[in-house]
Amino acid sequence: MTDVPFPISREAVLRRREDPSLIGHGAHGPRDIVPGAGHGETGPASKRVIVGYGFWIFLLSDIVMFSCFFAAYAVLQGATAGGPSARDIVDLPRVGIETGALLLSSFTCGLSFAATNVRNKLWTQVFLALTALLGLVFVGLELQEFIELAARGATPQRSAFLSAFYTLVGCHGLHVSIGGLWLATMMAQLQVKGFRHEIVHRLICFNLFWHALDIVWVGVFSMVYLMGAAA
Amino acid sequence: MSHLEFDPHGYTGSLDHREDHAPGDAPEESAGHWVRNYLLGLGFATALTIASFWAATTHLIWGPAAPVAIVVFAIAQMGVHLVFFLHITTGPDNTNNVLALAFGLLVVFLIFAGSIWIMNHLNSNMMPMQQMIGMQR
Repeated sequence: MTDVPFPISREAVLRRREDPSLIGHGAHGPRDIVPGAGHGETGPASKRVIVGYGFWIFLLSDIVMFSCFFAAYAVLQGATAGGPSARDIVDLPRVGIETGALLLSSFTCGLSFAATNVRNKLWTQVFLALTALLGLVFVGLELQEFIELAARGATPQRSAFLSAFYTLVGCHGLHVSIGGLWLATMMAQLQVKGFRHEIVHRLICFNLFWHALDIVWVGVFSMVYLMGAAA
Repeated sequence: MSHLEFDPHGYTGSLDHREDHAPGDAPEESAGHWVRNYLLGLGFATALTIASFWAATTHLIWGPAAPVAIVVFAIAQMGVHLVFFLHITTGPDNTNNVLALAFGLLVVFLIFAGSIWIMNHLNSNMMPMQQMIGMQR
């Protein structure tokens, strides 16, 4: 533990070690204090922590935005104006495949981050490519669904329910599409620039973004599709 | 800054001991730990997804209870994603992330539950459409 040059005082370390409320709360490692954790006495946070935290705040604001669309959908669910209801437009097998694709892409995205942590460029690229492929499957299926619905006359202007449906599902689909563009950019940057620290920071942010999208999709498939089918 | 013996902005090959975690991130150098973690997350998430699709289609569950089951499975799955994919923990190094999450959840709850509550009351206090049309004549 002494081979790390602490930018913090010895007293601060001792104080923290003897604090009874912190017993058993290690920093998930062999050492019991993390310099640069940004907790006042342990010195300023590292750039990596600040970047991750800032992006986490952005993701939470994005989720707040989604909650508005969810609320609008919940309120307008019954306002079908004589048009198709949620029960009529749900195609569960397709939703199942979409869900599987997005969940697997979240998994491969995580594996790419595991490869990033051991600085293995090949496997990082392989898993990022798999993530992109699964994301493409998801977006393709969703587009197919929208086109089929539109062909049956279930367009956004048909009823308030369908407006809310297309806004919520479409906004998530748009996030996945833009995430896909970001993913392609990251693969190119990684190939050209390698594991420079700003590239690793961007990869961390991309991982957070992709996992957060999967969380939003859990809400979408549960509330829109499953509850629509069960109702 | 000169008393620092290391360059705080430089990376030395792999995850650095001197660095703390961001969400989605933990100081573990072996890929095996990460892969195990993601495999566990994938397993739990798959099980919960299958369970909620089952709850939506089966006739074994009493009709009005199916949405409740779906909500419970959805919240559980979001928790699994937060813990295993986003690596939100209860450790002292994660306090900032957890506090931000708690505030975000509060806002989400207020927007979602508040909208449903208010709009339902407005709906039931609304004059029936026929009566409204009659008054306009």
